[in-house]
Amino acid sequence: MTPMNQTTHPPDLPRPTPVPAEPAPTPPPGAKKRRRPASTQWAAWAFLAPVTVYLVLFYAYPLYRNLDLSLRNYTVRSFVQGNAPFTGLKNYRTVLDDPTFAPALLHTAVFTFVCLAFQYAIGLALAVFFNQHFRLAATLRALFLVPWLLPLIVSASTWSWMLNSDSGIVNAALHAVGVDPVNWLTSPSWSLTSVIIANIWIGVPFNLVVLYSGLQSIPSGLYEAAALDGANAWQRFWRITFPLLRPVSAITLLLGLIYTLKVLDIIWIMTKGGPADASTTFATWSYQLGFGNMLPAFGPGAAVGNLLVVAALVFGLVYIRVQRRQEALS
Amino acid sequence: MSRTHARTKTTWFKTTIGVVLTAVMLFPVYWMLNVSLTRDTDMRKSPPDLLPLHGTLTGYRTVLDDQLPYLETSLVIGLGTVALTVALAAPAGYALAKLRPRGGRVLSFVLLAAQMIPGIIMAMGFYAIYLQLGLLRTVPGLIVADSTLAVPFAVLIFTAFMSGIPGELLQAARTDGAGPLRTFWSIVMPMSRNAVVTVSLFAFLWSWSDFVFASTLSNGGAHEPITLGIYHYIGNNNQQWNAIMATAVLASLPAAVILVLAQRYVAAGVTAGAVKD
Repeated sequence: MTPMNQTTHPPDLPRPTPVPAEPAPTPPPGAKKRRRPASTQWAAWAFLAPVTVYLVLFYAYPLYRNLDLSLRNYTVRSFVQGNAPFTGLKNYRTVLDDPTFAPALLHTAVFTFVCLAFQYAIGLALAVFFNQHFRLAATLRALFLVPWLLPLIVSASTWSWMLNSDSGIVNAALHAVGVDPVNWLTSPSWSLTSVIIANIWIGVPFNLVVLYSGLQSIPSGLYEAAALDGANAWQRFWRITFPLLRPVSAITLLLGLIYTLKVLDIIWIMTKGGPADASTTFATWSYQLGFGNMLPAFGPGAAVGNLLVVAALVFGLVYIRVQRRQEALS
Repeated sequence: MSRTHARTKTTWFKTTIGVVLTAVMLFPVYWMLNVSLTRDTDMRKSPPDLLPLHGTLTGYRTVLDDQLPYLETSLVIGLGTVALTVALAAPAGYALAKLRPRGGRVLSFVLLAAQMIPGIIMAMGFYAIYLQLGLLRTVPGLIVADSTLAVPFAVLIFTAFMSGIPGELLQAARTDGAGPLRTFWSIVMPMSRNAVVTVSLFAFLWSWSDFVFASTLSNGGAHEPITLGIYHYIGNNNQQWNAIMATAVLASLPAAVILVLAQRYVAAGVTAGAVKD
């Protein structure tokens, strides 16, 4: 591409490289307003330089190291010395053949989708509720943010104690209504449910806040007109609120998906993925392999992690596409 | 007259429902407080006491003896993360919002994608790098790692916010002979106070709450943050749950302070991160 072409191009197209500092040829008259002087370009990239260097050093390079880890046969010694032999995709094959793979995949899928469904449904119900005008609505809505603001280790350890088999309040409450105690965290059939419950609790505030802000932008005149036409609350929700909230819902669900896919702290602190892998997801499995044992298996751990990255990035690209399309529409 | 009366009645009815819902939602937080005040002898009582009638501060005394260094480390790391994040993100936001750089959209795209990388991946990469550089178990190392949680988000917030600064203002500064650096420092930054507050709050909160980087990069070091303090507590003395919960209460204080003093910034940040405008 010649410099001439570059300056006459619509300026907002993505461009892979910064411009060379050549004197800009005279643009055609129509393009004058959108011209970008070379000095401004230099200034712009001077302001962007720190963050660009930062992204290369502290995002791209760790990602590269992680990829490298997954393609070599690392032991503790070669990890320090840095001379591990290249083994290609062997770590990935090890991971795929591992008996943990199938359960981890299933748990990741169940955890993500059950959490998302409940967080969204509860968040939406609460958002609609708080969108009405009543006393204390703003204060109560603010208090709902608390679970989301707490450090995850605080929430996770609180839930651990609440769900304790012998002394937890949950089993005490169940006992009061005549239900037998449940081994929430120590029984393989319940541990995944337990971490899902805790994670739903943490995720509801985010859904509430975002969906509430979406509700605010729906013109109230629509509801008044519908009420005049005799639509009841249920019809108004399904005919007005839900369809008009679709763009915000899409963004909320996609972001929730990306965040839920990588949840690690909650599960690790509450169950360590156990008992016997009963609540293992890709994130906890990767952590377990890399840091959870006396003898770290960095290669397979990084391989599991990279599978997770691919999944997150696929949904991430969908998210960016949806957001771009919505911006184009608005 | 009777209509207004009925209306007030439904409002109060809704308020009651709202209070009940909030109480249910916040029950775990109450339970954390309650357990933190429970005596050792009552800890295994069945059913547990619903109110801390025999409240004791033993748990908190234990925490003050054991956990103060952890809290201090977390504070230092949190403030370091804030400083690093704002220093990197504010200039970038200005350039993306106002200077229309070539390749700016690619950079924004990379920033969006960067937010989606799971923490454990970053942790493993950082571990390999820090091991070679000797940065494992150091405070600056953890500050840099924690800042990766906030920098992409911070750039997006600054960009969105600075786009709203009127162009005429910057044009006027240019006419008066101010260069981009001066314009940025004397006009854009003072006008972006709200964005700085929002970004700082989130950067602090995320680094304060970080567990993944802490447990992989600083585990066993001389300076461990409070999240590891709690984690070791759970691992070591499984019996003293009042002390564990007291630590949890102290670790929640920044969140509580932020909620009381800066709630509108939080809501603004959550929404801006998800839906632009």
